[in-house]
Amino acid sequence: MSAVGAAIQRRRSQLRSGLTGRILDVALGVVVLGFLLLLAVRVYEHGLSYFVQILAFAISNGAITALIAIGYTMVYGIIELINFAHGDVFTFGSFLSASLIPLFGLSEGMEWGPLTIVPVLGVFIVTMLVAAVLNVSIERIAYRPLRHAPRLAPLITAIGMSFFLEGALFLWKGPSNVHYPDVLPRVGFEVLGAFIGAKEMTVVLTAAVLVVALALFTDRSRLGKAMRATAQDRDAAQLMGIDINRTIAATFFIGAVLAGAGGTMFGLYFNTTVFDLGFSAGLVAFTAAVFGGIGNIYGAAVGGMILGMIRSLWDGYFDSAWTDVVIFAILIMVLVFRPTGLFGMRVPEK
Amino acid sequence: MKGWLVRVWETDPRRDPNAAAYLALAIGAIAFPVFVSVFTGNPTFWLSVAGDAGVYMLLALGLNVVVGFAGLLDLGYAAFFAIGAYTYAFIASEHGVVTPLHAAIHVPFWIVLLVALFVAASFGLLLGAPTLRLRGDYLAIVTLGFGEIVPRVFKNASTWTSGVNGVSALDTPELPLWVKGPWSGDAFALVPGFKIVDPLAYYVIMGLLLVVCVILVRNLYNSRIGRAWMAVREDEVAAAAMGVNTVGVKLLAFAIGAAFSGFAGTYYGAKLSLVSPENFGFSVSITVLIMVVLGGMGNIPGVMLGSLLIYGVIFLVLPGLPDFTVGFVKAVGLGGLAQSSGDYPGIGEFASRLKFLIFGLILVLTMLLRPQGLLPSRERAQELTKGTHEDTVIEDVTAAVDA
Repeated sequence: MSAVGAAIQRRRSQLRSGLTGRILDVALGVVVLGFLLLLAVRVYEHGLSYFVQILAFAISNGAITALIAIGYTMVYGIIELINFAHGDVFTFGSFLSASLIPLFGLSEGMEWGPLTIVPVLGVFIVTMLVAAVLNVSIERIAYRPLRHAPRLAPLITAIGMSFFLEGALFLWKGPSNVHYPDVLPRVGFEVLGAFIGAKEMTVVLTAAVLVVALALFTDRSRLGKAMRATAQDRDAAQLMGIDINRTIAATFFIGAVLAGAGGTMFGLYFNTTVFDLGFSAGLVAFTAAVFGGIGNIYGAAVGGMILGMIRSLWDGYFDSAWTDVVIFAILIMVLVFRPTGLFGMRVPEK
Repeated sequence: MKGWLVRVWETDPRRDPNAAAYLALAIGAIAFPVFVSVFTGNPTFWLSVAGDAGVYMLLALGLNVVVGFAGLLDLGYAAFFAIGAYTYAFIASEHGVVTPLHAAIHVPFWIVLLVALFVAASFGLLLGAPTLRLRGDYLAIVTLGFGEIVPRVFKNASTWTSGVNGVSALDTPELPLWVKGPWSGDAFALVPGFKIVDPLAYYVIMGLLLVVCVILVRNLYNSRIGRAWMAVREDEVAAAAMGVNTVGVKLLAFAIGAAFSGFAGTYYGAKLSLVSPENFGFSVSITVLIMVVLGGMGNIPGVMLGSLLIYGVIFLVLPGLPDFTVGFVKAVGLGGLAQSSGDYPGIGEFASRLKFLIFGLILVLTMLLRPQGLLPSRERAQELTKGTHEDTVIEDVTAAVDA
């Protein structure tokens, strides 16, 4: 980066922190406050128990979105590629686990003992591993050979891979919605007139465990450190003796582990899946990743949570035909008002 | 224009792939109507298909300005296409009566072409002005969001747009005066208010639009603005240091790209006489982007050839695949494969389910084999063979150490 670049950078940060920046932040705040106010009115009209029910739903939805968003943000952070196939790896997770559930001896309406948790864990782990292997192979076949090609080439192969996976899933289970076995026990407790079941708790707990594990991994382990170094400056990392190919493969592996888990959770929670589920889920998750500041894992987790919640709340309280419009309008506004996202990572100018 | 003709005449087309491509395209465009009316039983169908392919070619040319020249990734290009088409639908049909406006507007096609151009370009400016200051990738994401929003708004705001049903019975383009004669099988006569319904006429209009646009884009590319676009694409900081107004130049590319899809949208609406929000989804944006990248970003004839190829694959080869396979197995004597039984849906249905998969495979393979596109611009080809900018820097450092 030249001195000119540094000067431009400085000027930009001045813009952001100066009067313009403050006006933009205030405008964003006004929009957010307006939405919250409107929401509060609706919540008041519909009563408390409905709100708690929607909230439980929203948090589960947010947890699943967060898991997908992390995969997008990690891949983008390390090779600056919008991995369009990621949403389809998520769908693959839901398809595979739907087929695995009977194989592990689970069925709808079965008796639950303390040991039943073992096959459920088995389904999760096998799905996560297979999805991870799939994602790593995608990287190996479609992205690695193009690492020094023009930037749009890997983007097109990503889209191609996404079509390919959707086509394969379509062949596997056909064009219509696929029923996903409802195996989780129907136990739970009542909070303020709303029912919080095992489903909600499974989803939120699993997501929390995975995110904490990921955070520990990237912060503490050697490979995690290598990932962060590669994301910051690939050439420098290589000079320091980091195996770039292995690190990038590991990133895809971890992203897909989370997507596989997300797919399983989606199936267990909503009891349905469809071959092109990953397309819209992927777009929302990617929006979430940008929302939290792309490249930032915690940002993606929080952004996914927030966007998933906004989606469910809007579905619950407003016209659901406009949900996607709202989601993408938020995306554009965040980028206009706070270009680095909520918890932006310092993105090096290239 | 004359200088260009002389240059084409004097350069040996065998040495310049671009000249050869222009020549092939021009000859192909003229020969196509003759060819289909002589060799196929259904020339109107093929001419109509060619008109639709022309729409995509126009879109690809426009997106090429944004992506290929200025290096801005636009993932929501279909939004501007939709805006162009809906502009035509609003101001050239009876639709106005059922909107809260309660009055129909009928503006002639030729004027709407210009109106739609400005409407689409203004939306381009509106979206670009606050967002083009961002880093390149963020722009891609903003356009992606915009591309998702626009069709949904057209779908949901049903008091104005009749929602999913779309707007139908759009005006047929008209010529104020036309000469009938023996060539159309009539006696000589002057016809006022001649309605254009013949697919051949649409084919000719598209041909003219394309010629105008190609000349425009070529001139832009060779102008000061074109060089500024390239400078911004290669290194924004360096371009700014050289005195290029980077934001203004990028905004211009964005608006010009949008203007082209306004053109395409108007033509599309007039030809189909129907616009519906389903026709402007993410898949359209992606298809056009694929055409640009696969054809050879930044190179006009490459993009045109790429758009023809991709159009053929998506709209002719893949939909024709089931019939072809059924015909094939019957011809080979395995007719039993065509019947469905139990879980097996029959080979035709199976082939139609394979469509997505095959298209994905084609995309991946072509990009792996030719990441620079089928017919890349000279600059791009050199960049690829000589390595990227960053690589050269590292090589220089080691060279210095060795010495």
